Amino acid sequence: MSEPFLVGENLVGGYGQADVLHGCTIAVDRGEIAVIVGPNGAGKSTAMKALFGMLSLREGGVRLDGESIDALSPQQRVVHGMGFVPQNANVFPSMTVEENLEMGAFIRRDDIAGTMNEVFELFPILKEKRRQPAGELSGGQRQQVAVGRALMTRPRTLLLDEPTAGVSPIVMDELFDRIIDVARTGIPILMVEQNARQALAIADRGYVLVQGRNAYSGSGAALLADDDVRRSFLGG
Amino acid sequence: MSGASGRAVRSAPVDSTRRAALLAIVIVALLLLTGFTQSWNTALIILNMGLISAVMALGVNLQWGLAGLFNVGIMGFVALGGLAAVLMSMPPTAAAWSAGGARLVMALLLGAATLAAAAVLWRRTRAGTGRSVLMASLLLIGFVAYRWLLDPAADAIESVDPAATGYLGGLGLPVLLSWPVGGLLAAGAAWLIGKTALGLRSDYLAIATLGIAEIVIAVIKNEDWLSRGVKNVVGLPRPVPFEVDLQASETFAGRARELGLDPVMASTLTVKLAYAGLFAVVLLILLVLAQRALHSPWGRMMRAIRDNETSASAMGKNVTARHLQVFILGSAICGIAGAMLTTLDGQLTPGSYQPLRFTFLIWIMVIVGGSGNNVGAVLGGFLIWFLWVQVEPIGQWLMVLITSGMADGSALKAHLLASAAHMRLMTMGVILLLVFRFSPRGLVPER
Amino acid sequence: MDALNALVALTNFVIVPALAFGSQLALGALGVTLVYGILRFSNFAHGDTMAFGAMATILCTWALQSVGIGAGALPTALLALPFGIALTSLWLLATDRLVYRFYRRQRVKPIVLVIVSAGVMFVTNGVVRFIIGPDDRNFADGERFIVTAREFRTMTGLDEGLAIKTTQGITVLSALVVVTLLFWFLNRTRTGKSMRAYSDNEDLALLSGIDPERVVLVTWLIVAALATIAGTLYGLDKSFKPFIYFQLLLPMFAAAVIGGLGNPLGAVVGGFVVAFAEVTVTYAWKKVAGYLLPDEIAPSGLLQLISTDYKVAVSFSILVAVLLFRPTGIFKGQSL
Repeated sequence: MSEPFLVGENLVGGYGQADVLHGCTIAVDRGEIAVIVGPNGAGKSTAMKALFGMLSLREGGVRLDGESIDALSPQQRVVHGMGFVPQNANVFPSMTVEENLEMGAFIRRDDIAGTMNEVFELFPILKEKRRQPAGELSGGQRQQVAVGRALMTRPRTLLLDEPTAGVSPIVMDELFDRIIDVARTGIPILMVEQNARQALAIADRGYVLVQGRNAYSGSGAALLADDDVRRSFLGG
Repeated sequence: MSGASGRAVRSAPVDSTRRAALLAIVIVALLLLTGFTQSWNTALIILNMGLISAVMALGVNLQWGLAGLFNVGIMGFVALGGLAAVLMSMPPTAAAWSAGGARLVMALLLGAATLAAAAVLWRRTRAGTGRSVLMASLLLIGFVAYRWLLDPAADAIESVDPAATGYLGGLGLPVLLSWPVGGLLAAGAAWLIGKTALGLRSDYLAIATLGIAEIVIAVIKNEDWLSRGVKNVVGLPRPVPFEVDLQASETFAGRARELGLDPVMASTLTVKLAYAGLFAVVLLILLVLAQRALHSPWGRMMRAIRDNETSASAMGKNVTARHLQVFILGSAICGIAGAMLTTLDGQLTPGSYQPLRFTFLIWIMVIVGGSGNNVGAVLGGFLIWFLWVQVEPIGQWLMVLITSGMADGSALKAHLLASAAHMRLMTMGVILLLVFRFSPRGLVPER
Repeated sequence: MDALNALVALTNFVIVPALAFGSQLALGALGVTLVYGILRFSNFAHGDTMAFGAMATILCTWALQSVGIGAGALPTALLALPFGIALTSLWLLATDRLVYRFYRRQRVKPIVLVIVSAGVMFVTNGVVRFIIGPDDRNFADGERFIVTAREFRTMTGLDEGLAIKTTQGITVLSALVVVTLLFWFLNRTRTGKSMRAYSDNEDLALLSGIDPERVVLVTWLIVAALATIAGTLYGLDKSFKPFIYFQLLLPMFAAAVIGGLGNPLGAVVGGFVVAFAEVTVTYAWKKVAGYLLPDEIAPSGLLQLISTDYKVAVSFSILVAVLLFRPTGIFKGQSL
């Protein structure tokens, strides 16, 4: 079995003295949507930050397309093809939607018009509001700007930190639809999510983290069907 | 210093008490050296100004050390203290009062009433164009009425014997009373400024205090009916005897000769020592109070807020109100120092209040001495003042040395020699940057 | 009722000076607001940076004049400006490297940078006075007036004359050009947009691969240009003296705050607001009122709202009003 495209293996680390991650493994393969769920404080966002290089790992490593990227800084990982959408402050509020997308493609020196059109096709509302300052958009629209911004580098994989945090259920459904559209273009997507049930419903692979360890792993459907998982994290 | 990077930084522990003691010994030694090599009068002059600077540094240290406030307007509060000295202790000019005093007071009351009415109006009515229009018209009418009353009254007062008085004078009370009153006046101004600018970003306070100092000094310089403006108020009453009186006194002259001193010299030294004694008493009282406050629960809370403002306000502490308290206290102390300064000078010279220059010097005192440490700030006050005074002759001497190799009459040499006088401030700037960078906690760090 | 004469007097004593002063303040406030928005601190050294820029330009002007190069009707200083800007850039980059960069890397509280900038202010002031001395320097040459009061009266036959100094015309024109260029740069170029992005959301900008040191470098270069031009124009218009630039600090800060700190358009608008406020409030309206009102109720007093001694009070009052009622300023800059 070939190795998954993005793998974070046996990750151990934290923000200071205390470790948050205690040897968990996360992986996502080409064309897949992988989702990390779990209770608060389980280390979901921490695991994602570790994959992105915003955390120093005491043990374990991260590999992208077979290559170890442990030595790379987050900016360098962006250059290497990782796209990251932070949970908060993920747009430039005073700049227009179009400018946000331009800034997303900052590391590229070639013509970005084609990519921008693709993003507009994925997120039609952004095309409509391209000249509006991103800060004036609604929460859901802002999240679309954030994801679009990350896509502008034509990343080989996309990491999303709680993309539906703070949006209404209808907007959340729409966002998940968009995320599926993005996945259909072939980009592997890794998502941390609080809304476990809805997230697992669209996931090819799911990881339930508890206290920094893998508690349950499997396909999204399998996890949804699992009694233990349902009882503990999905409210029965 | 703690709080500079948002977290309490405790590097290798320094014995602050020992440092303070050492620094105090150094300062005493420097003063004694000055006395022996230059003159005792010079040493005492430096001592007295050093005492006053130390009080100001104490006030500033409260604001910076306890609350992290950058007050650039220290001179304004000092000037208010000086004004208080005049307003309290000079005799009232009866002719001026009868000429326009009543009208002037009415004008001031009218002005204050207009502002108060505007504030009430703002709070009691709903927002909208109507309110803005009402406010604007109220302020406009109030302003016109105020000027209509004030201008002729001010003119009348200023025309009463302009050479000698031309102003309202004071209350004729003992001059020592003016010192706490100076503090109160400064506290009032601090309350106004603090209400406006605290609670916003820290830069705003700096800019606002810069402005208030400029305005206070502008008022004192231009409102002749209040303070004689640039004509200065001379002959302020003193809390200590006059030199000539001492020289005329038989007992004093006799005692001086017994000690082998010329009576004239003895009288100047005695007067300066008397001032030094008074100032030292004030400094000690304020220092003790400040130390008490620092180690009290209130002081601990202030430092907790300073070290982590976000969690403090999350815990429900009203950070802005606390900052306001400290701001008022520190400014009041500067006001007291200002009254002391004017008393020492014996005159109010508005032109001598250089807003930024002296303010900056006090800041260096606090930073070099030890921000957050009251004793450190006080000692820093002495040390920096001493350096400030002595750097000029040393700088001149140095420049002469540097240019000794150049031909006489060379333009460059003349230029360099002339510039030596300007280098004091720049030297202080460099000192500030160096100390702030390499020794931010100062010579006597906070414990 | 003599409306035309009133208008001319108004233009001559209020509008033209206010436009010129407003242009100078706008350029100065732009420098302040850029440093605030991108480097995130209130730069107390900006006034003396303007003094430095003016000094550098003056020295180059003298050099040019001594070899006989002139600009004809225009002041030679305009030719010397590029060199002045270059020298000032070096100075600002040096201060950044020696002073500010350390604190930037440490991510200190903003107030620390403000205190340090006060230190830089004194050092800059000392250096300027050391190099050029503390005295008045007049370095304007070329034609003094575009139109003199007498010419105007002859042309129009009115009683009131309108005099427009060359320096005033240059000031307004330069400000226009500079502001247009700056806005084009910020809104249409990749580097300019990256600077706006950095100012808007630093972490996201870093994530996007924007190089912070490059942004800082370009910012200081632009600030050097703005400060030099503003300082030189002010020195041409009035006269150069190292101490006077400090007095502009408060009006410039007021202008930047009014417009919204961090917002370039706000700085420009704020500059004109402060300038017009200062000029109109300290102007003696007696003359204009005399033209407009019938003789019976012509005023006897000067009709000066506030004496010129209190000019500083004008910008300060505006600042206080803005802080009390709308701290984010007209264009909602970054306040907290």
